[in-house]
Amino acid sequence: MARIIVVTSGKGGVGKTTTSASFASGLALRGHKTVVIDFDVGLRNLDLIMGCERRVVYDLINVVNQEASLNQALIKDKHCDNLFVLPASQTRDKDALTEDGVERVLKDLADMGFDYIVCDSPAGIEKGALMALHFADEALIVTNPEVSSVRDSDRILGILASKSRRAVNGAEPVKEHLLITRYAPGRVDKGEMLSVDDVKEILRVPLLGVVPESQTVLQASNAGTPAIHMNGSDVSEAYKDVVARFLGEDRPMRFLDAPKVGLLKRLFGG
Amino acid sequence: MSLIDMLFGKRKKTADIARERLQIILAHERGRNGAPDYLPALQKELMEVISKYVKVNHEDIKVQLERQDNFEVLEVNIVLPENQR
Repeated sequence: MARIIVVTSGKGGVGKTTTSASFASGLALRGHKTVVIDFDVGLRNLDLIMGCERRVVYDLINVVNQEASLNQALIKDKHCDNLFVLPASQTRDKDALTEDGVERVLKDLADMGFDYIVCDSPAGIEKGALMALHFADEALIVTNPEVSSVRDSDRILGILASKSRRAVNGAEPVKEHLLITRYAPGRVDKGEMLSVDDVKEILRVPLLGVVPESQTVLQASNAGTPAIHMNGSDVSEAYKDVVARFLGEDRPMRFLDAPKVGLLKRLFGG
Repeated sequence: MSLIDMLFGKRKKTADIARERLQIILAHERGRNGAPDYLPALQKELMEVISKYVKVNHEDIKVQLERQDNFEVLEVNIVLPENQR
């Protein structure tokens, strides 16, 4: 049975696409047949982050409208044989994304033997975002330790609990996971940033992982390589931990502490 | 913030302000977003029924929905005018 996972946040720019790319790649690296779908109709970007932008021929809307088959539209990832990308359309209007159409695409993907279907949600709470989360079994709530991101995550949690298919059908609720990204432990120590515990306490969602703020993410997106492949970097290690925990492994949280600072710097700040 | 700032108690840390602001606004919004939309209609109909028997003002009827863990409490508060008692 395929598990459908939505990567969502409400707010834009918090790391949904970065997370979708690395999380899907991580599942594939662990041997699971995975597809990652870009639901951001009109503002396609997952293809760039995955480095497959020049291989896009057909997109999600073409498949929904039955103008192309899934086999024609799916792009095989360059790093993992068992990972595929289904890009978003750049031109069509968002109404092209119908509930029936999306449901059929997800069912066809499940029939093709995919273990995991990762849905990269657009920002906001409009149709694309609602379609991305509607069929989800599990949700990664990507949150920055910052007031507007935390508030928007709270809104999205409310929508998951009321508008998802599981909520509408009265089934077991969508399993929620909190993923805190762009975390800067040094700033937390100085009292300039909400801590992991603050965000956990406010949102009351089990923590799946913490990804530190890092220059690696920009370098990865420059190169079109999901950050999880940037071996040796904090971000890569953090995402590998996230995937391992998602698959049920017990791994201690890392990257929660700032590197040690000297006495002089502590006395005079800086 | 340096140790010297802390010794002189310079100012409240912004992370603490952020946490407090979020706790307040989210407690407010969670209640509102989850509220069923029949509350205004319920209030209006209650008003009509009560007005048949007692003369009350619209603002004397308060209908509130409160959430406590696993159950919801619908609180209807009607203030009767003094001279009716």
